[in-house]
Amino acid sequence: MPANDLILDVKNLAIRYETEDGNVHAVNGVDLQLGYRKTLGLVGETGAGKTTTALSLLRLIPNPPGVVECERMMVAGNDMLRLPIDKLEEIRGNDISMIFQDPMTALNPVFTVGEQIAESLEIHERLSKADAYEKAMQMLETVGISRSRGAEYPHQFSGGMKQRVVIAIALACNPKLLIADEPTTALDVTIQAQVLALMKALKNKYDTSMIIITHDLGIVAEVCDEVAVMYAGRIIEKGSLEEIFNETLHPYTEGLFNSLPNINDRMSKLRPIPGLMPDPTNLPVGCTFAPRCGYASAACLERQPRLTLMSGTHYVSCMAYDDPGFAINRRKQ
Amino acid sequence: MALLEVNNLRKYFKTSRGMLHAVDDISFTLEKGKTLGLVGESGCGKSTTGRAILRLIEPTSGAVVFDGVDVTGLNSRGMRRMRQDMQIIFQDPFSSLDPKKSISHLISEPIRESGIIRDGARIEARVQELMDTVGLSRRLINSYPHELDGGRRQRIGIARALSMEPRLIICDEPVSALDVSIQAQILNLLEELQESQGITYIFITHDLSVVNHISDEIAVMYLGQIVEKATADELFRNPLHPYTKALLSAIPVPSLGDRPERITLKGEITSPVNLPEECRFRKRCREAGQECSSGIPPQVEVEPGHFVACFHCAARAG
Repeated sequence: MPANDLILDVKNLAIRYETEDGNVHAVNGVDLQLGYRKTLGLVGETGAGKTTTALSLLRLIPNPPGVVECERMMVAGNDMLRLPIDKLEEIRGNDISMIFQDPMTALNPVFTVGEQIAESLEIHERLSKADAYEKAMQMLETVGISRSRGAEYPHQFSGGMKQRVVIAIALACNPKLLIADEPTTALDVTIQAQVLALMKALKNKYDTSMIIITHDLGIVAEVCDEVAVMYAGRIIEKGSLEEIFNETLHPYTEGLFNSLPNINDRMSKLRPIPGLMPDPTNLPVGCTFAPRCGYASAACLERQPRLTLMSGTHYVSCMAYDDPGFAINRRKQ
Repeated sequence: MALLEVNNLRKYFKTSRGMLHAVDDISFTLEKGKTLGLVGESGCGKSTTGRAILRLIEPTSGAVVFDGVDVTGLNSRGMRRMRQDMQIIFQDPFSSLDPKKSISHLISEPIRESGIIRDGARIEARVQELMDTVGLSRRLINSYPHELDGGRRQRIGIARALSMEPRLIICDEPVSALDVSIQAQILNLLEELQESQGITYIFITHDLSVVNHISDEIAVMYLGQIVEKATADELFRNPLHPYTKALLSAIPVPSLGDRPERITLKGEITSPVNLPEECRFRKRCREAGQECSSGIPPQVEVEPGHFVACFHCAARAG
C-alpha cells in the first residue's frame, strides 16, 4: 500500500522503561500499518505491550522512565517523532484521540460532563464558549444521552453512561484516528453491546479509522477489519480478521482460541497455554513464546523468528513454518 | 437429598434513600457434586447471595439448609464448625491475600485456626500436599503474594479453601481478573477438583461463556431475584425470559459467520432501592404489557427443571 493511503505507518517501534531494577522491554520492534477507515484490533494478554504501543502513538510515554525508539511514526500525515510539543497538543484530541479503559477515572469529577465535552471543542475548533457548549450538547445526543443531563457531574452517571461521555469527548473534534483502549472491559455485557454498536455507528458516520485494544477475541470478531496479535512486546501474527480467525497460524494465537470456553459446545475441554509470559526485564534469546510452545524445537530457543508473509496479508513470526508441511492443531469452534 | 437448600433468602440494606433489596426472595436446591452457576450483571445481588449463604453477611430472612441443618439458626461456634464444610474463593487474588504473610502461612492459616491438625510437621506436609493439588510449585512455599502473578495467587485462594476439605465452595468470580490462558488453567483445575473430591460449587460470574462451560445448572439473576433457572444446555438452547434472551444475545462470540440477532436492551439496570411490587425487568422489557405491573411474577416450572419468572413466557409455555 502506498504510504499516503495510510492513516498509520509505524516502523520498528521499540519502547523500554529504564528502572532501578533494570530495563523493562515493553515493546520490541513493532511495525504497524493501517489504511483509512479501517479498524485494527490489537490483541494480547496483560503485559503484551498493547497499551504502551498505543500511548506512544500519541507520544504519551513519560520520559523518564520511558525511552521510545522508532524508525518511522507517521500518524494521519504527521511525523510524530519530529513534532514539537505545541504541535503535538494541536494533534492530540483533534487528529488523534483516545478512549481510555476506565470511564470511572477518565472524567474530571469537578466539571459537568457538558463542560468536559466542550473543552476540546474550544481548544481545537476555537469555538466560543456558547458555541462549544451547544456542539457538546449535540455530541451528547449523538451518543444517546439527553441534553438535559449535560449539566450533571460524572458521579451522577452510571458506568455505561460515563463511557458514552468519554466517547463523545473523543469524537467531538472528528478525529481521523481513534484509539480505544479496552473501551468496554469495565462494562456489563448488555451495556457493552450498546457501546460497541454505538462506536461502530459513529465510526462509519465520521469516517474514522480506529485501533481497538482488547484481550477479548469476541469483540475483535465483531468490530475489527484487521488484527495484530501481540506477545511480549512483539507482533507475532497479523492479518485480516478472516485470516486470523479462520486460518490461525501462530501457536500462541491458537492457544488463545483453545483457552476460550466454546459457547456452542460446553463439553469441549479447555486447552490452556502452560506457563506464563516471560519477564520483560529478562526476555529469552530466541522466540519469546518458545518456553510455552508445544511445537518449539531447539532452533526456537536460539534464534528470534521474523514476521514473514505467508499468504494474502497474513504474517506470522514462527520458525516452525520453515517446514512447509507444518500445521497447528486448533480446536474447532 | 440435596446438599444445599436455600429457601426465600432475603438481604435488605437500610440506606438513607430507603430499603435496598440486594437479594429478594431467592430459593434453589443444589445436589452434591454439582455446579450451580449464578449469573447476572453488576448489582444484581449474586455476590450478596453467595455471602448470605455463608453468613458472611447476615441474611435478613430465609433459610439456608446445608446437609439437613439450617445454618441461619446456628450460634457462632456451630457456624465455625459449619464453615469448614462451606468455603469461598474470592474474585480478586490481589486484594484477598494478606501481603505480609508467606504462602506457607496463608495456606496453613485455616488449618491452624480451626485446629484440625496441630502438629507442625504434619501441617507443613499438608501445605505441601495442597500446593501439589492446586499446581503450585513447592519452591514457592516461602514466597509472598506480591512475587506471584494473578493465576498463582488464585491457586493460593483455592488451596486455602481446600485445606478444610469442604463439601461446598462458593466461587465468587474466581477467574474474572485473569487473562484467558490463565483463566482456562484455573477452570480446568476447579473441574478436576470436583471430579476427584466430589465438591459442590456455586459459581458466581458475569461471564456467560464461562458459566455455560462450568455449570450443570444456571440461575439468571436480575435485581435481587432469580428470573430463570434451568440446566446449562436447556438455558442456552431454549432461553425463555426476555432478560436471559438479551443477555445471551449480547455475548461477543469469538468466531466469524452468522450470528443470531442481537437484542439490545433499553436503558440500564434500575436502582434496587424502594422497588415497586411489579416485574423488576418491566421498564427494560420489550415484551412488557399491562399485567407486568400487577405484581412480582412467580416462578413457574414450564418444563421439568426449567423455571421462569415472567407473566408472558409462563403463559405462553403453559
